[in-house]
Amino acid sequence: MKPVEGAMPRFGRFVVALFLLMACLLTIQVGAEPSRLQQVVPGRQLTFPHDLGAHQDFRIEWWYITGWLETGDSKPLGFQVTFFRYATDQHRENPSRFAAKYLIIAHLALSDPATGKLRHTEKSAREGFDLAYAKEGDTDVRLDGWSLVRDTDGQYQVDMQTNDFGLRLSLMPTQSVMLQGQDGFSRKGPEPGQASYYYSEPHLSVSGTVFRNAKPVDVRGRAWLDHEWSTTYLAPEADGWDWVGANLDDGSALMSFQIRRKGGGKVWAYAALRDRSGKMTFFDTDQVEFIPLRTWKSPQTRAEYPVAMQIRTGDIKWELTPLMDDQELDARQSTSAIYWEGAVTLKRNGESAGKGYLELTGYADPLAL
Amino acid sequence: MTAAVLSRWLLWSEWRAHWMQVIVALIAIATGVAMAYSIHLINSAAFNEFSAASKSLSGQSDLQVRGRAAFFDESLYPKLARHAGVAVANPVLELDVAVPGKRQNRNDHKLKIIGIDTFRAMQIAPDLLGMPAEGKSMDRFAEDALFLSPAAMAWLQVEQGDSLQLHVGLETVILRVAGGVVRARAGQRIGVMDIGALQWRMQQLGVLSRIELKLKEGINHAAFKADLSRELGEAYVVVESGDQEQRVANMSRAYRINLNMLALVALFTGVFLVFSTQALSVIRRRQHFALLRALGWTRMQLLRQMIWEGAAFGMIGSLLGLALGYAIAALAIQFLGGDLGTNFFPGIKPSIHFDGVSALLFFLIGLFVTVLGSIVPALEAARTKPAQALRSGSEVMALVKLSKPWFALVCLLVALLLTQLPPLFELPIWGYLAIALLLVGGIALMPYCVGWLFNTLMIHCLRYPIPAIFTLVLARLANAPNQAAIALGGILASFSLMVAMAIMVSSFRLSIDDWLVRVLPADLYVRTIASGDHGGFPLEAQQDIAGLPGFDRVDFFRSQTLTLDQSRPDIMLFARPVDPVDARNTLPMTDAWIASDLWPQQAMPIWVSEAMVDLYGYHVGDTVELPLGASSRQFFVAGVWRDYGRQFGAVQMRLTDYQKLTGDLSVNTIAIGLQANTTADTAIERLRQLAFGSRLEISQSGDMRALSLEIFDRSFAVTYLLEIVAVFIGLLGVAASFSAQTLARVREFGMLRHIGVMRRQILWLLAAEGGMLTAVGILLGFVLGWSISLILVFIVNPQSFHWTMPLYVPWTWLFLIAIVLLISASITAVWAGQRAVSGHVIRAVREDW
Repeated sequence: MKPVEGAMPRFGRFVVALFLLMACLLTIQVGAEPSRLQQVVPGRQLTFPHDLGAHQDFRIEWWYITGWLETGDSKPLGFQVTFFRYATDQHRENPSRFAAKYLIIAHLALSDPATGKLRHTEKSAREGFDLAYAKEGDTDVRLDGWSLVRDTDGQYQVDMQTNDFGLRLSLMPTQSVMLQGQDGFSRKGPEPGQASYYYSEPHLSVSGTVFRNAKPVDVRGRAWLDHEWSTTYLAPEADGWDWVGANLDDGSALMSFQIRRKGGGKVWAYAALRDRSGKMTFFDTDQVEFIPLRTWKSPQTRAEYPVAMQIRTGDIKWELTPLMDDQELDARQSTSAIYWEGAVTLKRNGESAGKGYLELTGYADPLAL
Repeated sequence: MTAAVLSRWLLWSEWRAHWMQVIVALIAIATGVAMAYSIHLINSAAFNEFSAASKSLSGQSDLQVRGRAAFFDESLYPKLARHAGVAVANPVLELDVAVPGKRQNRNDHKLKIIGIDTFRAMQIAPDLLGMPAEGKSMDRFAEDALFLSPAAMAWLQVEQGDSLQLHVGLETVILRVAGGVVRARAGQRIGVMDIGALQWRMQQLGVLSRIELKLKEGINHAAFKADLSRELGEAYVVVESGDQEQRVANMSRAYRINLNMLALVALFTGVFLVFSTQALSVIRRRQHFALLRALGWTRMQLLRQMIWEGAAFGMIGSLLGLALGYAIAALAIQFLGGDLGTNFFPGIKPSIHFDGVSALLFFLIGLFVTVLGSIVPALEAARTKPAQALRSGSEVMALVKLSKPWFALVCLLVALLLTQLPPLFELPIWGYLAIALLLVGGIALMPYCVGWLFNTLMIHCLRYPIPAIFTLVLARLANAPNQAAIALGGILASFSLMVAMAIMVSSFRLSIDDWLVRVLPADLYVRTIASGDHGGFPLEAQQDIAGLPGFDRVDFFRSQTLTLDQSRPDIMLFARPVDPVDARNTLPMTDAWIASDLWPQQAMPIWVSEAMVDLYGYHVGDTVELPLGASSRQFFVAGVWRDYGRQFGAVQMRLTDYQKLTGDLSVNTIAIGLQANTTADTAIERLRQLAFGSRLEISQSGDMRALSLEIFDRSFAVTYLLEIVAVFIGLLGVAASFSAQTLARVREFGMLRHIGVMRRQILWLLAAEGGMLTAVGILLGFVLGWSISLILVFIVNPQSFHWTMPLYVPWTWLFLIAIVLLISASITAVWAGQRAVSGHVIRAVREDW
């Protein structure tokens, strides 16, 4: 794949990143004025609920929810909901209400083993006219009819529907916010600037309705929310990344990623395990290893993904098994990215441990930008 | 021998013996079909391309919402985007931006820039997306990026990465050419930009040109459209994509129909030729047919034979015509463009497509009219009693039945009645029908006129000693007027049409010239290269210009387009100072106007163009509503003026009224009258020295007049061409019928030679006959043409283009044409007669028996 020249960790998000990455290069080239965007620096105290909202001074930001659902008849379903906000760093002087200062992009995907395929769709719009926005102060993102809003009691409301599928979910936190890295400062590479602000909300209790072929079905389940914002991208030598976030049955939460180096090896890796009591254990680049167990080749894009994976964090071996193989998301039509984002079950040292989501990017053939 | 073989044999021998006439007739049919077919091809190619190009701009939207004026407030956009039933709302700002240094002519120096929101347009009009350079996808949102279609790049001579300078109002904007567009039609000159960037850079903040809607699945379009129109009220129009096409069609309909009518004239002339060829052939072969009848052929067989012969003519001629027409169309479109140089379809590059159905249609039209031309002679041939026809010298009798005076008179009478009818489907269909009937009636009446004229002439001339040859000519013409009439049919038809067109065109040209003087009274006209809704001159700039020395009078004009009816092209609204006492001092008024002291109290007057009367029913004294400013306002129609510039309607109002209603103080045009001691050059120099001087577009009224007339002449170039073709066909007709007649008169000439008439004298006789006949043809043609021109000027023009004009006859030009025609007809007659008198005298006489 043609380098994802930066790589934020989870990047389905990354769809945007690519799309955007070039943009920032462009801005620099053309840019009459220097960028006014802020850099991510260590030592900044995240404050809530303010930091639950948008951060307009950073180039890119996302709210990323993945989770496992169960229908009334105990059939499993995986879902992914993402909202991106992207600052174009242009039109700063432009008084037009159409000025494309910020773009809002959203992805919705549903993994349904009954069909063996990933259903997905996406939307994009420029912020403006109250049709699309990401508000500051608390989580409140809208893109036409799609929205992700946090109520004052901390409950998230997601409403995303299309002609033939969609979902309307309430997600209630059951645990406190999980700050990644050093109190929310999450490094992505060896250089100091290669970082993001990053917190997660694991173990969200989900209830609501999923629409398939316009037919509603009640669901309950567990989800994971990531909120991350940054301005600078990853090391140029990065090739793609693997990420996992899992709600474990014993109430603990695991998040781990590695940023792969072009030609093999890794640029950076990280893992955090928080137990039920809230005690965090961190693993750094040397202690984290991603080992492919089985690959699946996409018949559509010919990309080969390590859909079953062993992850080692210190002494612990995690084994990831996908809900189904085909959870590839081909968004080339609009955002020029192909990635695999799928529901997985986890075993801890051979014992069944919980459920989560695995993200694999940079495995497809050169991305056309 | 079977009937089929006999029939083929008859046809073949006849054609071989008279190949000249056959070829002439074929050329006539072929030319007629070719003209009609090529005009059809060109028109439909241009029209299809133009409407495809306009359609490509609106993509696959279900509905479009526009304002009554060219632009409307953007606050409608979120309202529609959130509307239940709307899947996607795509906001569009479309500006025609003038490009400095590209001022080729008035209609063709603008670049259409379309401002889109990429994410919305992607779902409705994906063809319009910009194609950024590799790795620069964010250019689609950039504040300085412009994407150009290939034709636009070629026209502006720029490439990806170049910068492009545009004038906006009195300022200069520099944009970067960021790439091409996904798909543009060949020749389509468009640019695409981010809508936010376009609003900002082109100073059009807060406005949109239209919003395209894609409705949710299962929504009833018609019902939704009706509800939405009601909801949005008078200020907006909601149109379906189909309506859009209708609008485009309406824009050029009159032009296209009129051109088609002219092409049919060429075909019509061709028919006379077929008729005369067949009629003469019947006369010549009278005795053959009589013999065949005597040998047992039935009437039906004979009739079938004649019609079959005509059909053979028709088929070959039509096929030739189709091929020729296609070639002409291809060439014309290559060199003149799809609108034949009239700029009716700007900014496109159509290509000819062969379409089987229309080719078949024109083939059938060609065939039908040819068969029609053969039927009358065929009937005559079949009706003749063999015993009578076998006798020598019965030919003259043959044609007596061909023309019945009552038939001619009925034609003329019906034509007269048709001129009184109103337009049909807003087209002068009855007018054209009246012209056709006038021609038919006129031609049918010819033999009587010729006979009467020469009889009278002979009676008078015989009292005086005149040369014997002359006596012979007069006697011949007076006593065999039918044959003469046949010869003249073609020339009469083509000359009368030529006269008609000449009178119409010159009346029109003179009126326009006169009108231009009236509407361009100032010395200098200053414009900004304006684009969009705002007049280019803000108040300060107006004051700067008005403050310059040397100006006697400075008038400000504000013009903009208005949509009154969504199915019609926009009308033009002019706000300008109008003479408070007598509006006739400002506007080229018709007789319909009301003096200011008779206006109702508090009324805001408007003066409407003639098209407004025809299309919208605005009559003098009416109170009408126009959507201006925030809402509709009532106006008093104070007069009707002539407008040769805008056939879709225009309205003039007082600038003070306009500014009071809209609060818009900017203007587009400044008209400057100079003081006697100031020359235009000095004034232009002073204007150029203003801070924004280099961005001004300054024209002198003389140049504008010249330019307008040049455009006018170019528009009529194709009509001149059609006229020449018609006359050419007419002359071919003269040649054909003269050669046929002289051959038929071989015996007569042999007799004349026998009694001592010299060959040279016979040729003189023929020349005199030809000349005198043509003279009569010209005379009648003039009368007929003049009548037709009345229809063209007073019926066809007002009904198609909604303008009236006084009649003007270009005597000199017509006289010249008449002389040329007279000489060429005489020469043709002599040339055709050469063969008849070249034979041996004895044999010629012996042919008698």
